[in-house]
Amino acid sequence: MNQLWDALLWCLDPSNWQGPSGIGARALEHLGYTALALVIASVIAVPVGWWVGHTGRGRGIAVAVSGAARALPTLGVVTLMGLMLGIGLAAPMTAFVVLAVPSLLAAAYAGFEAVDRQVIDAARAQGLTEAQVLWRVEVPLGLPLLIGGLRSAALQVIATATLAAYVGAGGLGRYLFLGLKTQDYAMMLGGSLIVVLLAIVLDLLFAAAGRAAVPRGVRLARQGQAQ
Amino acid sequence: MSWILDNLPLILDRLWAHVATSLPAIVLALLISLPLGWLAHRYRPLNGPVLTGAGLMYALPSLPLFIVLPALIGTGVRDAVNVVVALTLYGVALMVRSVADGLDGIPPEARSAATALGYRPLRRFLAVDLPLAGPVILSGLRVVAVSTVSLCTVGAVLGIPSLGMLFTDGFQRGILAQILTGIVLTVALALALDRLLVLAGRLLMPWARTPSPRASRRSNWVSARSIRSDRADRADRADRTDEAVTPS
Repeated sequence: MNQLWDALLWCLDPSNWQGPSGIGARALEHLGYTALALVIASVIAVPVGWWVGHTGRGRGIAVAVSGAARALPTLGVVTLMGLMLGIGLAAPMTAFVVLAVPSLLAAAYAGFEAVDRQVIDAARAQGLTEAQVLWRVEVPLGLPLLIGGLRSAALQVIATATLAAYVGAGGLGRYLFLGLKTQDYAMMLGGSLIVVLLAIVLDLLFAAAGRAAVPRGVRLARQGQAQ
Repeated sequence: MSWILDNLPLILDRLWAHVATSLPAIVLALLISLPLGWLAHRYRPLNGPVLTGAGLMYALPSLPLFIVLPALIGTGVRDAVNVVVALTLYGVALMVRSVADGLDGIPPEARSAATALGYRPLRRFLAVDLPLAGPVILSGLRVVAVSTVSLCTVGAVLGIPSLGMLFTDGFQRGILAQILTGIVLTVALALALDRLLVLAGRLLMPWARTPSPRASRRSNWVSARSIRSDRADRADRADRTDEAVTPS
């Protein structure tokens, strides 16, 4: 418990917050990596997932890709990219994207699949064009599941971003590895606690966003069923 | 290829360390989540806290957790026990939901029939509830096995032996083949364990063999591949039940 106290003191020490290697700057860097990786992964995975979900084509491949990727060890991907692309941000960022794509692909696809076929048929029967069915029916109804996928991708990236420091990039992982080298357990533990805190906050934010994304009509229908 | 042949003993050593760390965690996770999942299923007021706790637990990043644990349980940072405990916690976080879901999904008629036949609660749980919930629990266990094997490698950056050490060594010494060997072996170990679990499931639960291809594919997809997005959906459903309880 004494160690936790030391770590807390380390976190609260103002001198640890100053400059480009201060806690604030490192935390922002860490969040920046996470955000960038999520944006890149979304640009790749969401259109593909939606296309698979909308057309029902390529389903087997999507399942296989996301399934196999789940077994990929994050550290292995980070070090492999580090060795191939060299020191810097490109290597860890490529690894983050590779790790975030499967959950996003699965969620984008599953969100569309979860839409009741009758709702889509009804939309078509009312004369909605294919594009309207996509944007006004499938996308809104699939959104809560997509945000769920974004949530798990975000958690995975924020966890893996601590490994970015291992291949020479920044982020909160710096404290973990610096502390490990200098036997400074308070620094390692303090850095770890901040990452844990960030992950929990992010998880709760995405949970709230997922709930807010449930379309009004769906919520009303559920209330109707509940009563 | 020549790197692999030259370093076979090292590779086997790491592989063994990996199995010795991840297998106990998987078994412990199953043993701990059975009673916890049962509690969450049986006592409604516990359902929310247990499942929310599990969700938050699963949100914790692995490397930081490996570092925080020694301060809590009094082990050294380089102790393999940390990794086993951390992996067990992750496993429990994933499994509790599968156990609770599996038990929730049992048709009430099956339970009533067993009770009417004179099954006492414990025997009914072991002989009726558990086998009926088995397929769902198994699918959860498969996810746990794969993610445990993959997470286990992270301990290597702290100096805890596993296949992950092939990554750290390979990176530091600039040997691409070593990292690739590590990745391939980790994925292969995860998939082998997954296959073994499927086989065990077929032997132990012959009644659960392939319902309809579509249904099984769907359940694979939803429950195994995107547990987290499922969680969001479920949190949402939990809200709905709240709405149902509060008079509006």
